[in-house]
Amino acid sequence: MAAKAVKIEYKKRSDGRSWEELRPIEAKTGIVPRADGSASFKIGHTLAYAAVYGPRDLHPKFMQNPETGILRCRYNMMPFSGHGERVRPGTSRRSQEISMLMSKALLPVLDLKDYPNSVVDVFVELPETDAGTRCAGISAAAMALADAGLAMKDLVVSFSMGYYDGQIMCDLSGYEDCDVGVSDIPVAYIPSMDKFSLLQLDGEVPKEDLIKILQLAKKKALDMYKVQQESLKAKYRQGE
Amino acid sequence: MTDTLHAKERDIVVPGEIVAEGLGFLPSKGLYREGEKIRAGRMGMIAVEGKVVKLIPLSGAYLPKLNDKVICKVIDVLMTGWRVETRSPYSAVLGLKDATTEFVPRSADLTQYYALGEYILCKIIQVTSQKLIDITMKGPGLRKLKNGRLVEVNPHKVPRIIGKDGSMVLMMKNATGCTITVGQNGWIWVEGPAPEAEMQAVAAIKKVEEDAHLPGLTEKMKEFLEKLTGKPVEIPQGLPPMQEEPAYEREERRERRPYGGGGDTRHGPGRRGPPRNTPGDN
Repeated sequence: MAAKAVKIEYKKRSDGRSWEELRPIEAKTGIVPRADGSASFKIGHTLAYAAVYGPRDLHPKFMQNPETGILRCRYNMMPFSGHGERVRPGTSRRSQEISMLMSKALLPVLDLKDYPNSVVDVFVELPETDAGTRCAGISAAAMALADAGLAMKDLVVSFSMGYYDGQIMCDLSGYEDCDVGVSDIPVAYIPSMDKFSLLQLDGEVPKEDLIKILQLAKKKALDMYKVQQESLKAKYRQGE
Repeated sequence: MTDTLHAKERDIVVPGEIVAEGLGFLPSKGLYREGEKIRAGRMGMIAVEGKVVKLIPLSGAYLPKLNDKVICKVIDVLMTGWRVETRSPYSAVLGLKDATTEFVPRSADLTQYYALGEYILCKIIQVTSQKLIDITMKGPGLRKLKNGRLVEVNPHKVPRIIGKDGSMVLMMKNATGCTITVGQNGWIWVEGPAPEAEMQAVAAIKKVEEDAHLPGLTEKMKEFLEKLTGKPVEIPQGLPPMQEEPAYEREERRERRPYGGGGDTRHGPGRRGPPRNTPGDN
């Protein structure tokens, strides 16, 4: 966000959370029966649906890679998803960029070597948005890919971290991101490899604090990781 | 370092989950070792056999495998064969040589043998690294599928639908009176005496697919089939007698003649007239 002319005093979180608390998370797997894999991921008022199709035949042919299958992501905010302001339907520069970084965040865990010349399509739709959409999209997509039965080393956990006036915080809300002007640091973390597959920074943060932020992010990621794992398993618990 | 197993038999695991620790365990396909830890490399169910930890996949696309019997759909006619859909990311080619033992003239209309949209039961005879697939129709039971309906199931549930030594599919066949042909790619052909019987078989297949990961499935299916058909059902014991599969039959061809009838004489068998290059001609 652009720097604010007047700095807002922000000593307590507007939704009553503690600085390190994530918003309530709800995750579901298998929400689109016709898709090969699907999941929904809701964090606070941000909701992402992800559907995976494939591996399947890839056209146009020039996109085919004879060495491996490719991953193609599509990120889309629905027109009515925001705060009153209608989102113009279709791709935009922003959604194209986010689509690309989503596939880059997910690729390190995926192994598509068994499927040369093919494609795995991931469609992420956001019916309700309140900051952290790319992160919710990545978390949902990782679950949907696992549900599709693809070879994966791990799931990917993603949420945003924040920094404002020397205060570190987790999982920004729309108010904090847009109105307060908290530095937004979206991260995607792969627990088993102990690596980040996405790290962006929108705002300013001192170097020492960034390291602290990432350490805290690793800790909080494990909470979210458990929710993802549980929801994937829950699909097979029904009827037992 | 003591070897510890973190997941029990029949546990569902997700990618990245630690299944076992210690060098005493061996990971099989779908699992990977990272230092001392064995982690799941995809979603699936755990099966432990002594030191070997196995992962049974629950979902995912069908990957064509050599010698698999699959049900395919003819999607295109090529110069010397047919292209068929295998229900995997890749299509397969049925060459003329592998399709029929008959002599096929050069200009023959290949749709006389297999027309677009027809389903066939075939066997995979070659899969390359780039997933180019060759199939054949030569083998016991391989045939064109007619008069019946197609059921789509998850290809990873096929072993459960077949059951141990084919017991599950045999039980469903006996209970419903239908012929059930199961392709490894998750396409199943059901052919019965009446549409009602076919629908019963379809319902039973769908039930097995749904409950494939649950224990005691055979008993459950027995009850389900009894309720469905209203007749007592027996669980096939031991090795069932080898199913007599219909021998490879020559498909009767639909005669498709160009207007005027009389057939196409340009490509009759053999050349007429005196043979060329007869020795001692000069």
